[in-house]
Parts: sequence; C-alpha cells; structure tokens
Amino acid sequence: MSATLLEVRNLHTVFHAEKGAFAAVNDVSFSVGRGEILGLVGESGSGKSVTGLSIMGLIDPPGEIVAGEILFKGEDLRRKSASEMRLLRGDRIAMIFQDPLMTLNPVLRIGEQMTEAITEHAAIHRAEALRRAAEALAQVGIPSPEARLRGYPHELSGGMRQRVAIAIAMLNKPDLIIADEPTTALDVTIQAQILYEMQRLVRASGTSMIWITHDLGVIAGLADRVAVMYAGRIVETGTVDEILDSPRHPYTQGLLRSVPSANRPGDRLAQIEGMSPSLAARPPGCAFHPRCPRALDICRHDDPAPTAVDSRRSWRCHNPAPAGVAVPA
Amino acid sequence: MSEAATAALIELSAVRKRFERRPDVAERLLALAGRPIERRVVRAVDGVDLAIHRGEVVGLVGESGCGKSTLGRMAAGILAPTAGEIRYRGRAVTNLPPPDRMSYVLGVQMIFQDPYASLNPRHPVRRIVGEALHVHRLAPSREIPERVDRALEEVGLDRSYRSRYPHQFSGGQRQRIGIARALAVEPEMLVCDEPVAALDVSIQAQIINLFMDLRERRGLTYLFISHDLGLVRHISDRVAIMYLGRIVEMSPAAELFASPNHPYTQALLAEIPSVGRRRRTFRPIQGEIPSPLNPPSGCAFHPRCPHAMPLCRTEAPPLAAIAPGRISACHLNDAT
Amino acid sequence: MSTRIDSSTLGMMDTPLRAAMLKRIRSRPTAIGAGAALAVMVALALFAPLLAPQNPYDLTGLSIMNNRLEPGSVGMNGVTYWLGTDAQGRDMLSAILYGLRISLVVGLLATAGAAAIGITVGLLAGYVGGLVETLLMRLVDFFLGFPTLLVALVLLAMIGRGVDKVVLAIVLVQWANYARLVRGSVLVERRKEYVEAAQNLGFSRARIMLIHILPNCLGPMLVFATIQVATTIALEATLSFLGVGVPVTEPSLGLLIANGFEHLLSGEYWISFYPGVALLILIFSINLVGDRLRESLDPRRRA
Repeated sequence: MSATLLEVRNLHTVFHAEKGAFAAVNDVSFSVGRGEILGLVGESGSGKSVTGLSIMGLIDPPGEIVAGEILFKGEDLRRKSASEMRLLRGDRIAMIFQDPLMTLNPVLRIGEQMTEAITEHAAIHRAEALRRAAEALAQVGIPSPEARLRGYPHELSGGMRQRVAIAIAMLNKPDLIIADEPTTALDVTIQAQILYEMQRLVRASGTSMIWITHDLGVIAGLADRVAVMYAGRIVETGTVDEILDSPRHPYTQGLLRSVPSANRPGDRLAQIEGMSPSLAARPPGCAFHPRCPRALDICRHDDPAPTAVDSRRSWRCHNPAPAGVAVPA
Repeated sequence: MSEAATAALIELSAVRKRFERRPDVAERLLALAGRPIERRVVRAVDGVDLAIHRGEVVGLVGESGCGKSTLGRMAAGILAPTAGEIRYRGRAVTNLPPPDRMSYVLGVQMIFQDPYASLNPRHPVRRIVGEALHVHRLAPSREIPERVDRALEEVGLDRSYRSRYPHQFSGGQRQRIGIARALAVEPEMLVCDEPVAALDVSIQAQIINLFMDLRERRGLTYLFISHDLGLVRHISDRVAIMYLGRIVEMSPAAELFASPNHPYTQALLAEIPSVGRRRRTFRPIQGEIPSPLNPPSGCAFHPRCPHAMPLCRTEAPPLAAIAPGRISACHLNDAT
Repeated sequence: MSTRIDSSTLGMMDTPLRAAMLKRIRSRPTAIGAGAALAVMVALALFAPLLAPQNPYDLTGLSIMNNRLEPGSVGMNGVTYWLGTDAQGRDMLSAILYGLRISLVVGLLATAGAAAIGITVGLLAGYVGGLVETLLMRLVDFFLGFPTLLVALVLLAMIGRGVDKVVLAIVLVQWANYARLVRGSVLVERRKEYVEAAQNLGFSRARIMLIHILPNCLGPMLVFATIQVATTIALEATLSFLGVGVPVTEPSLGLLIANGFEHLLSGEYWISFYPGVALLILIFSINLVGDRLRESLDPRRRA
C-alpha cells in the first residue's frame, strides 16, 4: 500500500461569468499521505474551499474543473462517472463544512440521516445501522446518543451539530476527510472540544485529513504538513515546523507576523498592505507582488514556478525570505 | 463625584438586562382557564459593574450567551438596562435633557461585527457617513461633503468611494466605512463588538492598527468586545471576562494573561490554539456552554469547573479583590 | 453546491445595483416581449381619444342601424368597423381602447391606494411593535379573512356603481396583503445592524422607518404590486361583468365582455371576444413583467 493517499496534480478550476472564465484554483499540486493531516491555509478568495470541493467532485456550473489530475489511491477522480463519485463520497472521502447545516438536513431526524449514510454504501439492516449510528455519536462525545437519533438538528447547539456532522463523516471509516473551516464559527471552548475529538478519531483510525482554515493557531496544533494558498495558487508547502519557524514566502511571513501574539502588546501589528485580489483582477506576474515588501521587478511580469527543496518542501517566489529567520512567537 | 484626572468616562452600576418573551393571546386565554403561563426569561446581563476611564481600552471577553454584546449595546445607549444605572461623564443617562442625551448617544458609538449587515444596502457611502451631520446639524450643509471626505480618508478609503454602494466593497472596506460613520460624529468612545471577527486575518491586522492609530490621534476610549484573547491581550489596558451575564474576572491585561485566576479564564487561555504550540494534544474542558434561559445554580461555571466544590453548586461567589486592581469571582480565593 | 463568490471575488465592484438589475431584465426575450406588449397597451390606453375612430360614450354618434356588424364591415356612415359593433352600434375597437383606459386606471389607482395604506400599516406594525402591532395585525387578519370577491360585491352593492367606488372597494379588500408583506420585511430588517447604527446616531423612529427600513422592503413589494395590478384588473373585470362595477356609460373591458355575453350563442362572438382577448393580453403581459422583476431582484443573484 503506497504511503500517498491523495495526489493532486496541476488542478485548474474555473468559474464562468459574463466577462469570461476566472480561475479559482490555478495550477494547484499537493499530496496527502496516509494518516497525515494537511493544513490548507488561505484567506477568502485564495481558492482553498474550491480546492476541497473539486476533490469531492462537488463543483457545479458555473464552476468547472478544466485541467489536472486528482489521484486518489492511484485512480484519477476526474475520470470517474457521477455515480462512481457518489459511491466514493461519504464512504471513502467525506467532507465537513463550516456550517453543519450544510451536512445536516433540518427536516429529517438525525437517525434517519445517519442510517441513510450507512445503508447507501453497504447492505446493512436498519437496526444494525442505527446501532452503528448511536455508537458513532457516543464516540464524538454526544450524551444520550439513542435519544439524539430520534431528534432533529435544530434541537442541538452549534457545537453538537458539528459533532454530529463529524460522526456522519466518520461513519464508514473513510480514508480521507476534508474539513472546510469546521470550527471557525464555534466558541473557543467548543472549538477545543471539536479539535480534541477530531484529533483523537483521526489518530485512532489512521484517517488522513485536509483541514482548510485561515487560523494558523489551529494548524499549528493539529497539522503535520501545511500548504499556503494565495489567489488560487499554492505559494508554499512544508512541514508545520518548517512553515511556522522558517517561512520563505513573504505572504506566509506576513500572515505569521500579523497575528497579535507575534507582536508586542501595544505595538502596531505588522500588517500586510492592500487587499486580496479579486478573481477577475488578478495582478500580472506574481499575484502577491502589489502587497509584497520584497517585490522585485521580475515579480511584476513573471509568475514564479515552484522552487522545490524536495517533493514536500517548496515555495513560489523570486525573492524568498532568508531561511531560518523565526517569526517572534 | 470624583475629580481625579482619570475620572470614569462611562460607569455601569449593577446593570441588568432581562429579555422576557411576553405571553401571546393564546397563552393568556389558557391562563384564564387555569394553565400557568411559562415565563421565559433570559438574564442576558445579570449585575455588572464596570467603569471605563477616559483614554483607556477595556477588553471584554466571553463566549456565546455571556452577554457581552448586550452589555456593549447598553453602554452605547442602544439598549436600555432593566435595572441598574449608567453614568456618562458622571451623570445618569436616563432623564438627561435632550441636548445632553444626544451628546451621550453620539458620544459613544458602536462598531458592529457584521460588515454586511451594518451598512444600509440602499444608501450610498456619502449618506451613510454624512447623514447624522445633516440631521443633527452638526456642521453647516456646505461643509458636510468635506467632512465626509475627511472621515473616509481617515479610515484609509479613497474620496471617490463616496458615491458607491456597500455591495461594491469588500468586508474590510465596509468595516472602514462603519468606522468612518462613527468618527463623523466626533465620539469620545467606541464600543467595538467583534469588529474583526468576520474579516480575513491579513485585514484584521489593518483594522486593529486603524483602531490603535485612532486612539492615539483622537484620544478615544474603547470598550473592545471579542472572543479572540490574543487580540484582546494586544490592544487592551484592562480585560474583563464574562460568563453567563456576569463578570467573573477583571485585571490589567498583562497580569490577567500572566496569572489568570478564575478557572474559566484559565481554561480559555489554555485552549486558545496558538502558533507556538505544535502538534499539541488538545485537552478541553467538558460540558456545553450553558444557556442563559436555564442558568446553573450557584456559580454558573460549576458544571464545567475542574475544581468545583459543593459550595459552588449552592452559592454564587461574589467578585472580590485578589490583588490591587484585580477582581475575581471564585470560591477558591476564599480559602486563603 | 457553490461557495460564496461575491461581488468582490468576481471583480464586479463597479456595477451599480440598478444597472446590473436592468441588464438582467433586458437579456431575456420573454421579458422584452411582455414589456413591449405592455408598453403598447399603455400607449393605446393613453392616447385612446386620439386613436379611436369613434367616441363610444357619445350616444349621439351611435346609430342602431349599425348594430351587430361583423368585424371589417362598413357601416351606414361609411366608417369601417375593424372589430365590429355591439348591440347599440358602438364601434368595438373604440370601446376596447376606452375600456383599456378604465381597466388600467382602476388597476393602477387601486394598487397604489392599497399599497400606500398597506405599507403604512405594515411599517408601523413591524417597527413600533407592541400593542400597536397586535392591534394592526389583528385588523389585517380580519380583512384578509374574507373572500375578496364576496366583500367587493357586497360593498359595491351597497355604495353603488362608479369608477371611484370600484377603486375604493378594491383598495379595501387588498390593502391587507401589502401590510402583511411589508411587516414581514420590516421584522427582518429591524434586526439588522444598520438599524442599530441608525439608532446609535440618534435618528428618530420616523426617519429610521421611512428612510432606512422602507427602501429595503420595497423589493418584494414592487413585484407583488406589479402582479397585483393584473389581479386588480381581473377583479374589476369580474365585478363589472357581474354588474356591480363601472357604470354602463363608462364600460371597462369586463363590462364589454358582459354586454356581449348574450350574443355569443347567436354567432356574434366579436362583441365579447375581442374585449376578452385585450384583457387577456393585458393581464398576461403584466404578469410576465412582474415575474421577470421578481427573478432579477432575487438576492441570491444579486452581485
């Protein structure tokens, strides 16, 4: 069994608008190993969510995947038919969203939704499916699981709903879970609980995970490896220590420096100037150059290709920051 | 009335806010027939004393349902307390004569959380920022366009944006417009209710810096409400932690983060993910955040507190001084 | 499944809302067709006195000798009756043009009146709340509880015939719909932070209601009102058909249809048919335009 579970190569996903096609994901390549947690970091407009949806095959018009390969256990997901993808989804690859109500149907009982997720992919009696569902709820720390199965999503708090969504994702013991900002809308103490549950489950079952977020603190605590996205491209990848202790791309550095804990209390925060570009108005050359403190002339017209140290450590920059300069913690 | 140089700009005393769902006609009829009416009361703010001094930044931290947003709105004069008193510049804000009342309402301005809902989608920017100047005649009509332009510049927006509509701006820009709207009436204090929570990380830093610049330039006072402890630590002089409608701890910022006293504060600090902590094992405290509809008895935190004693279930601990300038509400402090 | 792609991501920052909306309306052939048809009918109604070959209300110009002539036939006085004549010898074409006028006037006036009252009540109920809201909404419920046609019939039977009375009756049976709709919108808008911001700036309740909240409630209201014009016209036609609407001297399309009813079976179809067709086209085009309006105002499509 190969150690690489998922390999994305040169993925291009565009959205068709009246003025033309805009690339939300613009030549993105990365891999996720078995049992590994990859943090996909970026802000709005970076393409991180669209990347997750592309892997799941959930891109609908006006969006379209126009190029690239998504190799899951060696097979290209793009070549699969819609019904094949439907079999995979929820079984081998599962997704968790920021709003648990995107996973949970508000008008169906929780038990129904969970048993449906099970019976869709295996011929199992309803009674057995219910038993597994109750067990899954208990595993994510939901008290009185049997009672919860009879209830509806709106009877639960936001944190509880997210736990149910996680339980559903884990039901069929998938190989890969894609989590798109699942804790962003939750309170600090509840977020900690969810992170704890996810970490525990993933460690116990060896599931791989892609955790999509803009929160570097969560990535630091949870991820093994990190990929940083900007304007539809991956601008830097590496292990979590490499990225956080020795960021090479100026955007990664800028993000790390602008976090309050990286600045002395009371000082002006080190900020990145300007705003993320809109998909339609992508600057020529390197998309980050208008905001980059290290921009050179070449950056204005030449979009940098990845500089790879090895297959798992790379960055796209003509003028990367010096190595080993830790951002003050 | 204190004559000290650091007199409180705004002072909340024993302030409470209750939300009660009034029984509707059907329930009233049933009551006549003998069925008792269920009163659903939410004690959003349950007895808060808070004095904010001129020029100071007070951070207010808590999770959903703790009442921090409600408290902020009372301070800004948008909501009236059900009990207790608010004093602005030493005078109770209820029963103020109209010009002084207006001076208070305009003097404490709120910056809202949702950049998409806090601007009227049908108004152009110049109206959003300048309307108050027209309506309250705060400046002669011919000067108002200039005042609007200056407010826009002060928050880092181009003058040409004055004719645009909110939907044409990004979240960060909309927040700036909201700040310009507040600044146009020359307030003394800003109540910021999670002003950057809905923004991207790189934009958050820009807005925080804007707040800090404004503080220096205009000598503004802030009540900064946020769930983001890292942010609050960075910007605040003093920090208050709220839980289920009450302040459970209050301290100068540095001391609070160096040695948190209340178990809830300790849990909050322990649980914030931070960049320095790699591949950690999360060890959260158990339990759900209680609903203000159904608060626990005694100390509201006791069901989740790792140090709970039998006393905590029956008696709510009062806020007591644990060190000069520091207060905390925990029975553990009584022991010593 | 779509991610949130908003105006900033798509770079549509420079398109004002109204222009984007109009562009969407213009891009559909059905909307253009319906809009054109409607425009033609409004023009015909407006210029009826100039266009109509004959004034159908002028009894002196009628000759009983010209009655029930087929479409296209030439009358005793040499005038060509393109759509035929009715039992009194009135030119159908002229009658239809004037009938269009009445129909449109009633439709627009009644809708405007009902909207004005409904919006006021809805705004007050939604924003002021409390006892005011309870009382007003109970009133609305009361008015909505009766079948429209029945109430209008009874009302007109009591107050008599006439264009103004028809308008009044229709306003009375329709205002409650607007009130309910607007109150719903107001309840939604009231919670939004821009309203709190307006309160924080010390604006009066009246100002907040009229200048801040009302413009945001007009969207769905506009669509509703447009379609209500069609409903109103149909209602007026029904009432006139039943004999309680406009007086015989100022026939609307409905009354014209009624007048020709008894002649249908004897083969003189045109006396009812052409007014019916005119009514149909009018209502249909209004509905189509209203539909397109609703689609283009859908907030999910909004840039």
